[in-house]
Amino acid sequence: MDLAQLWFWIVAFLFVGYFVLDGFDFGVGMSLPFLGKDDIARRQVINTIGPVWDLNETWVIVAGAALFASFPEWYATLFSGFYLPLLVILLALIARGVSFEYRHQRDSLRWKRTFDRMIVAGSALPAFLWGVAFANIVQGVPLDADHEYAGTVLTLLNPYALLGGLTTLLLFFVHGVYFVALKTDGEVRTAARALAKRAGVVTVLVAAGFLLWTVARAAGAEAPLLPAVAGAAGLAALALIGSVLANLRDREGTAFTLGAITIVAAVATLFFALFPNVMPSTLAPGSGLTIDNASSSDYTLTIMSWAALVFLPLILGYQAWTYWVFRTRVTRARIEKAALVAH
Amino acid sequence: MEWLDPLLLARWQFGLTTLYHFLFVPLTLGMSLIVAVFQTVWYRTGDVRWLHLTRFFGKIFLINFAMGVVTGIVQEFQFGMNWSSYSRFVGDVFGAPLAFEGLMAFFLEATFIGLWIFGWDKLPRLAHLASIWIAALGATFSAYFILAANAFMQNPVGYEMSADGSRAQLVDFWAMLTNPVALAAFPHTIFAGWMFAAMVVVAVSAWHLARNQNVELMRKTLRFGLWSTVVSFVLVALAGDQLSLVMVATQPMKMAAAEATFNTVCGQDASFSIFTLGTPDGTSELFSIRVPFLLSILSTHSLDGCVEGINDLNTLYAQKMFPQFADQVDGNFAPVLWVTYWAFRWMIALGGLAALVCVVGLWVTRKKATRPVAPWMWRVAIWAAPLPMMASLVGWVFTEMGRQPWIVFGLMLTEDGVSPSVPGWTVLLSLVAFTLVYLTLAIVEFGLIKKMAQKGPDPLPDPDAAREPDSIENTPTTVY
Repeated sequence: MDLAQLWFWIVAFLFVGYFVLDGFDFGVGMSLPFLGKDDIARRQVINTIGPVWDLNETWVIVAGAALFASFPEWYATLFSGFYLPLLVILLALIARGVSFEYRHQRDSLRWKRTFDRMIVAGSALPAFLWGVAFANIVQGVPLDADHEYAGTVLTLLNPYALLGGLTTLLLFFVHGVYFVALKTDGEVRTAARALAKRAGVVTVLVAAGFLLWTVARAAGAEAPLLPAVAGAAGLAALALIGSVLANLRDREGTAFTLGAITIVAAVATLFFALFPNVMPSTLAPGSGLTIDNASSSDYTLTIMSWAALVFLPLILGYQAWTYWVFRTRVTRARIEKAALVAH
Repeated sequence: MEWLDPLLLARWQFGLTTLYHFLFVPLTLGMSLIVAVFQTVWYRTGDVRWLHLTRFFGKIFLINFAMGVVTGIVQEFQFGMNWSSYSRFVGDVFGAPLAFEGLMAFFLEATFIGLWIFGWDKLPRLAHLASIWIAALGATFSAYFILAANAFMQNPVGYEMSADGSRAQLVDFWAMLTNPVALAAFPHTIFAGWMFAAMVVVAVSAWHLARNQNVELMRKTLRFGLWSTVVSFVLVALAGDQLSLVMVATQPMKMAAAEATFNTVCGQDASFSIFTLGTPDGTSELFSIRVPFLLSILSTHSLDGCVEGINDLNTLYAQKMFPQFADQVDGNFAPVLWVTYWAFRWMIALGGLAALVCVVGLWVTRKKATRPVAPWMWRVAIWAAPLPMMASLVGWVFTEMGRQPWIVFGLMLTEDGVSPSVPGWTVLLSLVAFTLVYLTLAIVEFGLIKKMAQKGPDPLPDPDAAREPDSIENTPTTVY
């Protein structure tokens, strides 16, 4: 395997990490209207991701930078071509990020409501649009001879991509709700379990549809890694069904772990289907981007490989430790105690 | 239509969003360190007053930090969105420091900030203290990598053109990291961040002291802030001096533009004008206050040095160095002169003014001072807080506008870097969206920091009352 291929998988790994981690952040944000019966409950929900949302979001910055450094052509085509969806994602991430920080700064109900809404929208929009974007990457978009995007924003809103968006939206939603159940106590915890039960069935149906469609497309395009595509899709489906069943039995840890595996396997399905392309074109053959014609020089990739080899294990280590430090549940009592001090 | 010109709009968007991002960066760089220092003093002495100060300035730091993070993502995405041709051309070189920044700095910063904010009652004291230091270190690392990337645009080193000439390729990573521009710009930027954060500490302290409240704590922080500002200013100036030497060597046109010097001047004639009134196009001057020799000293550290003028450089560039670009820029490789000329002066003036305020401040608040500080003096100290920040902003305007017409000096023109496939209305839409969102957030942000700063630290415990020795750090005050 050459270095460019290695970096294809490292980029895939970084996006998998991003979707698993920020995925449940998005889900937690979207669950606010369902689980936040009063302000204490809402604060319980938000504080499950309080210490970690920032480091989870950093995965997309690192994934983007790795993409830029290892596949400049892919980065340039993707980011200029998917301009408007990315603009909405950026604005949504801004709104969500500042809302976490701002909502508790004033005691007015209207103030808090405003930021609650921004958290919900700021979570739902990226959860949907990342799915749209990645489905489009796999499916292929019109690229001209200079590898520049030749479609419009409407080109991106096709049925396969919209189903992809709906799939990530729902997967992240249940994943986040599992996380809330795992990390809270009392009414919020019970409500989260019940909500995941209701949402689980719909998610299984939509995700199964999207995964089947992806496998069928890969088979039609004679994807070189077709067995891996089918295998990953199968694993995603099984893990998802398993997580729904575990939740039915109130096994929160198992449900959340299987939810994470679902996302890993689903995103892996997309990258397996994409290989060895990075941005296939729907126009003339040869106008698309592949691992070979989009990558950086061997020198750059060598240096980056060393950096990844040294730092990725370190990063995984201290991030795992962070989750360990904040392993306890966010209890109603803790929020009430903090509320007394803060005001 | 000209107002839908994607190039112009993309440049405005990059300029505005970068300056906006840089409202928060210096405060993050400086305030993380100040909070770390306060917490260290508390850790070593056990004096609870420093714990209160750590928490107080920590809250101000955190409101600011979130903005730095979310506006930073925009910066990274923007290269690909608006500048795809640039990204294709330099990605092999320029992407690497960004990737290193992510792997080595951003993760560190984001993870340990979370541990620090929420870990007061979950981590042992030493681990908690280490968290803020590691976060501050992460912020400083990230500044280095992004400045190394920027230095490549100012003074490309460590690269080779690809065989087909379509892109620049990295051949010496170490040379790129030790770009002399980066080595000089890094301390200049870091110290400027410290200076701004220290000045914010001064302003907050002055606000409370003017109202005679929290005197015991705020008197400490006032003196700390004043000293830090003055020391930082000296360091900023020394680093800036180095930076201008490097600039003269690598981008002589920028120095010529900083002084708006058309003809090469030497020795006494290499004067530095403090103030000039000229014709609007900047080609002839009507009135000017000049310090002889100063430009020679700034540029070469000698009295008889020469500074190349714009006209001579244009001839050199058009005929010898970059003839292939000469037609495209009509033979003029100079940036917009009134911008570089005034930005350079305002940067120095604003920074110097802030330092002056602090020197006077140190004098009027010295231990042996017999007269109380006059109310107007407190007001000056409060209103002087934005000066170092404004100096940083115009400094960036100078650096980046002074680089024009290049996006990468000598290799690519700015107009060739823009995304060819993105229509003007799309860029306009995002420019308007960012402007509106950023403006709203700036107002909310400023209001919150002001409210937090004016509320002051938590009241000190009554020394007579019996209390749990560690209760304050076992209380989760910082939850969302």
